[in-house]
Amino acid sequence: MRFTRTKAIIATAGLALSLAACGNAGEETEGPDVEAAENAADNFDDGTRMKELADAGTIKIGVKYDQPGLGFKDAASDTPTGFDVEMAKQLAASLGITGDDIEWVETISDNREPFLEDGTVDLVLASYSITDDRRKVVGQAGPYLVTGQQLLVPADSDVASTDDLAGQEVCSVTGSTSLENVKAEGMKPVGFDTYSECVEKVLDGTVQAMSTDGTILAGYAAQNEGELKVVGDEFSEERIGVGYSIDRPEMCQWIVDTITDAYDSGAYEEAFTATLGPSGVEVPELPEMDACA
Amino acid sequence: MLDSPDLYVKAFGYTVFLFLVSGVLSVVLGTVLVAMRVGPVSVLSRAATAYVTVVRNTPLVMIFLFFQLGAPKVFQTLRFSWVDIHIGPYDFTAFFSAAVVALTLYTSCFVCESLRAGINAVPLGQAEAARAIGLPFGGVMTQVVLPQAFRASVPPLASTLIALLKNTSVAGVFGVIEAAAQMKSFTNDFASERTGIFIMFALGYVVLVEIVSAVAIYFERRWRIA
Repeated sequence: MRFTRTKAIIATAGLALSLAACGNAGEETEGPDVEAAENAADNFDDGTRMKELADAGTIKIGVKYDQPGLGFKDAASDTPTGFDVEMAKQLAASLGITGDDIEWVETISDNREPFLEDGTVDLVLASYSITDDRRKVVGQAGPYLVTGQQLLVPADSDVASTDDLAGQEVCSVTGSTSLENVKAEGMKPVGFDTYSECVEKVLDGTVQAMSTDGTILAGYAAQNEGELKVVGDEFSEERIGVGYSIDRPEMCQWIVDTITDAYDSGAYEEAFTATLGPSGVEVPELPEMDACA
Repeated sequence: MLDSPDLYVKAFGYTVFLFLVSGVLSVVLGTVLVAMRVGPVSVLSRAATAYVTVVRNTPLVMIFLFFQLGAPKVFQTLRFSWVDIHIGPYDFTAFFSAAVVALTLYTSCFVCESLRAGINAVPLGQAEAARAIGLPFGGVMTQVVLPQAFRASVPPLASTLIALLKNTSVAGVFGVIEAAAQMKSFTNDFASERTGIFIMFALGYVVLVEIVSAVAIYFERRWRIA
């Protein structure tokens, strides 16, 4: 049954893509082009992880595959798309690594720390909020985006804030901070394995709303234009950063510098417009980043 | 997280409720199924056999998927939106109900098979003697065969119920925040205590399983013949 569903989703996604292609001829879904730095290895000191990666000419980056607009990959395409993915490309580019040489690894909320700890990935850009507890086991640089928890409701819903949903069931993903916040706001949490299942429950009316970071919700609203909308004030603050191995502290300053450069050159804005733009969210200012130890 | 036993104990709340409710329902439905299977009415017997064969060969996750995503689209009542019970911090609503239904339909097949093994252990002469003194089928089952069958079925029945207890974790990905789902929340929030949290939850399941087997051993001793 799951298989049939997956096939149906693939078919629908494929259809949606081809329809989109009809509508806006020439629009690239891949996102803006990123120029890789030349002779990048010369810019880094010997013994740093950046030098090693630049010399190797390849990098393993963990991103999510189920968050439209941030990190998303459907079964029909080879590479993921989204804002997190674009930021990852900027980082890789500063090491002289082009999109084709990036090895994308799917991470879910649960395996981000283990993947960084055991070296499965070099970087994690997977709507990875910075917390003090996570910083005990992995390095986190940033934030490059600050978002907060909001509500995703059907387009014709009267719900305007969390107060309207007091005591009602609201879904999110099992194992996320979002579920705890839903509880704290007086709503009843319902947890699913993936955001897409939760969205489906909102669309079929079983639950009234889905709640998680505004940027994630915006991605789904953009994907289901006209059916879903994002409402309410942000009721939490999530500082989205880049994860790296705690044994490689030298990566921190490089990440901060690269993201700042990307913002100054306009690449940040370009990436945001291309990925989260369709949901109607304004391009944010680059948040002030934490100092590297 | 490890220093807040309250959160930890509460995490197992839905697990225990799911186990108790679907456990009782499974034993009832399983008994009905086995009575149908060994009964004289061939239509019922075939229906029960077909049901057990089909459901037993279907992965539990698929049964869950059917009740969470398939059935509600076709039949309004199968959304279980009419279930709305609240006890203390626990809510028993559509998601809990769908989980109970999926677990019960699945587990009752295994209960049925455990009991059938028990019935096969009752000498044929017992049933024949019961019929000879004029007992109808219902009487033969409830007075003579099932009491002996239950006694012989305690060990396999306990295994079935222990499997049910662990299967409740599947509900965690379908809207019920039971122990396994809570564990995911905790490991996500307290990344530095990952290993400890995992061990604590594994131990929690061990404790619950031990309680079930202790009950089983009690009944095994109590119902032992001579």
